[in-house]
Amino acid sequence: MEMRDAVRATAAIAGLGITEMGKVYGRTASDFAGEAIALALEDAGLKAHDVDGLLVNANQSTESVPTLQFSLGLTDLTLVNVMSAFGSTTGTMLQYAAHAIATGQASVVACLYADAPLTEGGSISQSGYNGRRFNAPGLAGLRFAYGDYGPANSGYALALRRHMHLFGTTHDQLATIAVGQRAWAQMNPRAQMRKPMTIEDYHASRWVVEPLHLFDCCLVSNGGVAVIVTSPERARELRQPPVYLRGFGQCAPGDTARRERDPAVQTGATKAGAMALRQAGIELADLDVLELYDCYTYTVLVTLEDYGFCEKGEGGAFVADGKLAPGGALPCNTGGGQLSSYYMWGFTPLSEGVIQARGQGGERQAAKHDHVLVSGNGGVLTFHSTTILSKHEGDA
Amino acid sequence: MTTTTKTAVPKPVPVPDEASAPFFDGAMRGTLMLLRCRECATFLSPIPGIGAPLRPRCVACFSGDLEWAPSSGRATLYSFVIMHQLYDEAFAQDVPYNIAVVETDEGVRLTSQVADCPNEALEVGMALEVTFERMSDDVAVPKFRPAT
Ligand SMILES: [Zn+2]
Repeated sequence: MEMRDAVRATAAIAGLGITEMGKVYGRTASDFAGEAIALALEDAGLKAHDVDGLLVNANQSTESVPTLQFSLGLTDLTLVNVMSAFGSTTGTMLQYAAHAIATGQASVVACLYADAPLTEGGSISQSGYNGRRFNAPGLAGLRFAYGDYGPANSGYALALRRHMHLFGTTHDQLATIAVGQRAWAQMNPRAQMRKPMTIEDYHASRWVVEPLHLFDCCLVSNGGVAVIVTSPERARELRQPPVYLRGFGQCAPGDTARRERDPAVQTGATKAGAMALRQAGIELADLDVLELYDCYTYTVLVTLEDYGFCEKGEGGAFVADGKLAPGGALPCNTGGGQLSSYYMWGFTPLSEGVIQARGQGGERQAAKHDHVLVSGNGGVLTFHSTTILSKHEGDA
Repeated sequence: MTTTTKTAVPKPVPVPDEASAPFFDGAMRGTLMLLRCRECATFLSPIPGIGAPLRPRCVACFSGDLEWAPSSGRATLYSFVIMHQLYDEAFAQDVPYNIAVVETDEGVRLTSQVADCPNEALEVGMALEVTFERMSDDVAVPKFRPAT
């Protein structure tokens, strides 16, 4: 019986499909889903009949359901699920796919995110992202009575205010994240926001929920992304350089509503990151590229702290020198991230992570790209996943 | 203790249900009611997350034996934000208004609002006390104001 070294990958990403992104109207989530999978299969050099696993990222779309399989015309699947841990789902899906491949339950798994929340002429408040007013039953009605609409914005703004209060984090520091990612986006043909941004532009952008400026917030997008996960052996026979799945970690810190718990400033990234690095057999210093979940600038800052790139509370000072931006020491969100490229939840950092690990980033390609960390974050900093991608199946 | 708000478009009024009745009954009487564990006496926030029903279990000892108990109503401001974007016409006269997370003396965090305090005067850590805003003949909601 073959013994596997603990640091050898048991699965790899062999295909990546990214549809048109952003204000692409008149198409359904299922339509984007089909195209993303078709593109990913084409990228890998596989056919739809090769697929025996389908994992769908649950999101705002009512089409992200198990029966999406039927409309896609996929048959006789041995692994199918809609998975939900909010913005951290991507890492949990890849982990599930990798385990299924390692045990032989499936051989070619399509992992998918697709959504179409934007309609032509419709405002974002008509999409699923901002609460509609209603006289809600029970305690759920309180937030509407208070005017706490669009609860993600207020939840992250509350977390940021707490961090600012405890550690003196400033808008100038947050601005370096937004400005840096915009600079990366200028080199990404798929990015929606490619106009140069200055720190002054950042400060001039309106408050959404103070202390969050508009440029602290991600873009909501229509589109789809799929990746094809298969075994390392099979991936090596396919069209693209394999991107090995080397390490996984998850942590959901839970209850936010009592004095002892503080996920606003202490997220699950600490545990999830350590777990994923240990599994991959590498350390923080071995990471060449970071693709961090960036629903807001603050998410990037607190995630860096919790992964241990700097001490708790020093994230602001850590990013202030622009090290995350093009030319910096720690390339981060190299496609522009969800702030400036496109908002596909965890599939935004994943898609760019695959591009970088393969070395296909063109103008924005990081010179060294052996190990790429991809993070997922959901709820209000209450769900975290970490995935380590590598161009090496294992390290000597 | 109670104030009445009048706006052109009425604000959305919570609809008390069986599970939340003790909370809303308390609010009408001017008492902030929280869940408390009968096993270990830990006070619990009634809502662990947005849209969730009442919690079924104690976060400290996992007992399912919970009761409603009065809070002191004293709290400190854990964090706050200012809502600038208008999501609902009912709040047109309120923007920019605050949304606050308060931490009660019992160690429980609640999302609410700070009343009777200009936005500029809000400060994390400030001492607060509960107050109740009447939204209809039958429903009042807890808010917090600077402690006197
Ligand atoms: Zn208890």
